[in-house]
Amino acid sequence: MKQLIKSREAILTAAIVVLLGLIATRFPAFVTPGNLAAVFNDTSPLIILAIGQMIVILTKCIDLSVAATLALTGMVCAMINVAAPGVPVFVIVAVAIGMGMALGAFNGVLTWKLGIPPIVVTLGTMTIYRGIIFLISDGKWVNSHEMTPAFKALPRVAFLGLPALSWLAIAIILIAFVAMTRTTLGRAFFAVGGNPHAAVYTGINVGRTQFWAFVASGGLAGLTGYLWVSRYAVAYVDIALGFELDVVAACVIGGIAISGGIGSVGGAVLGAIFLGVIKNALPVVNISPFWQMAISGSAIIIAIAVNTRAGRSKGRVILKKTEAEA
Amino acid sequence: MTSTDRFIPDRLTSPLQKRLKSWETLLLAVAIAIFIANSLASPYFLNAWNLSDATFNFTEKAMIAFAMALLIIAGEIDLSVASIIALASTAMGAAAQFDVSTLTLVLIGLSVGLACGAFNAVLVTMMGLPSIVVTIGTMSLFRGISYIVLGDQAYRGYPGAFSYFGQGYVFWVISFEFVLFAVLAVIYGVVLHKTNFGRAVYAIGNNATGALFSGIRVDRVKFILFLLTGLMSGIAAVCLTSRLGSTRPSIGLGMELEVVTMVVLGGVNILGGSGSIPGVVIAAFVMGLVTFGLGLLNVPGIVMSIFIGALLIGVIALPRLWSMLRK
Repeated sequence: MKQLIKSREAILTAAIVVLLGLIATRFPAFVTPGNLAAVFNDTSPLIILAIGQMIVILTKCIDLSVAATLALTGMVCAMINVAAPGVPVFVIVAVAIGMGMALGAFNGVLTWKLGIPPIVVTLGTMTIYRGIIFLISDGKWVNSHEMTPAFKALPRVAFLGLPALSWLAIAIILIAFVAMTRTTLGRAFFAVGGNPHAAVYTGINVGRTQFWAFVASGGLAGLTGYLWVSRYAVAYVDIALGFELDVVAACVIGGIAISGGIGSVGGAVLGAIFLGVIKNALPVVNISPFWQMAISGSAIIIAIAVNTRAGRSKGRVILKKTEAEA
Repeated sequence: MTSTDRFIPDRLTSPLQKRLKSWETLLLAVAIAIFIANSLASPYFLNAWNLSDATFNFTEKAMIAFAMALLIIAGEIDLSVASIIALASTAMGAAAQFDVSTLTLVLIGLSVGLACGAFNAVLVTMMGLPSIVVTIGTMSLFRGISYIVLGDQAYRGYPGAFSYFGQGYVFWVISFEFVLFAVLAVIYGVVLHKTNFGRAVYAIGNNATGALFSGIRVDRVKFILFLLTGLMSGIAAVCLTSRLGSTRPSIGLGMELEVVTMVVLGGVNILGGSGSIPGVVIAAFVMGLVTFGLGLLNVPGIVMSIFIGALLIGVIALPRLWSMLRK
C-alpha cells in the first residue's frame, strides 16, 4: 500500500513538472524561482486547508464548512482589530485558531455524539456559519484602512526571501507530516478510516478520533481565516465562497480516498500545488480565468478515475469473479 | 455502524398510533405550526396571491428533490444539479439568440439536463466511481462550461411565449410551476411506492449486493436515477430561466444544498434505504413557508439560510437527542 501511495505522489509530481515544462516552453518567466515562490505563496492557504481536509477525509468524514469557518473567523479577527487596535497580533492569531477549533468541535460533537452523517452536519454548519458573519457584521465590509498596519503585515513579513505566509504553510506541512506518521492520534486517523470495526477492537474510539479530525480541520481553517483577511486586507460576508470545493478537489487530486483510510500529507500538498499552478498559469498563458472552474472540475474527475482504478477494492473483484464463474 | 437505527422501509398498513408517530406526521405538524405562526406574525401572509408567490420559493427545488430523493434512497447523491441548471440555461440562452421556437428551447434544456445526467451516470455506474466525488467534479465542470461560454455576460431575449413556464398561471392563482410540481409529486410518489422500480430503489439502498443477487440490475437502476435527476434539473432550468428571463453563469448557485436539505428534511435517510415522497412534499412546503414568512418579516436571505441550516441539523439531531435523554 505504501508503495502505491508513493507512486501516486510520484505521478502527481511528474504531472506538475510536465505542466510547468509546457508553460515554460512559451513563457519562461513563469518558472523563474521568484515566480514559483510567488505561486507557492498564493497557494499556501489552499495547502493549509487541504491538510485539514485530508485528516477529516481519512476518518471517512468530509468537512464542507471549511470555507465558512475561514470566513467567520476572518471576520471576527478583523472586527477585533477594528474594535481594539491595541490587541497584539499573536493574540488575534490565537483567537483565530481557538475559534476555528471551536467551530470544528461543533461539527465534531454532532458527528460523534449524535451520529449525524458528517456531510449533513457540515452542509448545515456551512450555511449557519456564513449566516452568522452577516449577523455580526451587519453585511458591512471591514476595509483595509480600518485595519492596523501590524494586523496586515504578518503574512507579508519576509524571512530568507519567503513571506511568512509561505513559512507558515511549510511549518504546518512539517508538523502534519510528523503528527500523521509519528503519533498515536495520527495513526488512529488512518485506522478509523481504513477499518472502523478493527479500530474499535484495537482500543480506538472511532467517534472521538473523528471529533479530533474536525477540530484539526477547524483550527487550520481558523488560522487561514486570519491569514486570508490580513493578506487581502478586506473582510466581508462572501470571502472564500465556494472554496471548500477547491479544498476537496485538492485532496481528491492528491489521492486521498474519499472512502477514508488512504492518503498522505504529501498527496494533499501536491494536489493543492497542482491546482495552484493551474490557477496562476491561466492568466499567463492568456486563457480567460473563467476556464479555471471547468479545468479544476475535469481535474477532479480524471484524478478520481485514475485513483479508483489503481485502488479498486478487492471485495468487488471477488464478486465479479464469482459472477463470471457462475 | 448505523445499520441498527435503519428501519425497514416497508409501507405496509401500520396501526394508527404508529402512523401518528411517523416522520411525515411530525413534519406536517411543523408545517401547520409555521403556517399559523406566519399568519399571526404578518398581516400580509393570508392572501391568495402572496401564498401563490410563496410557492415559487420551492417548486423548482422540489422538482429536483423528488429525483434526488430516489437517488439518495438508492445510496447515491448528485451535487451537480445546480450546475446542470446553469449549463442547460446557458444552452437555451445561446439557442434563443438564433430566434428558435419555444418548443425547441424547452427540448434543448431538457436534453442538456439528460446529457449531464447521463455523463454522471456513466462515471458512477460504468466506471464505478463514488458519486459524491464525481458530482463535486461535474459540479465544477458543468458550471465551468457556462462560465467559459458566458464569462461576465448574460443571455437575454427569450421569446415571449417562453415566459409562460415560470410566470404563467393555469387557473386563478394556481401557477404553471405549481401544477407541474403537483403532477411530478404524484408521478414520483407512484413510481417509488407502487412499482417494482421503486422497490428496487429501496432494495439497492439497503443492500446493493443483496439486490444484485436477487436479480435487480443495480447499475441500470442507478443509471436511470441519474438520468432522472438530470432531466428534473433540465425541467427546473426551463422554469427558472423562464421566471428570471435571463441567464447568468451563476444561476441557481448553491441550490444543490437546498435540494439536499429538502430531501433530508423530508425524512430520507442520507445513508440510503428509506424515505418517502410525501415526506419530501411536506418538507418542500415547510421550507417554502419558512423562507416566505421570514421574507414578509424583512429578514434578509442570508439570515434565512441560518434557519435552513439549523433546520437541517435540528430535525435530525432533536429526535436523537430526545431518545438519548430518555435512556
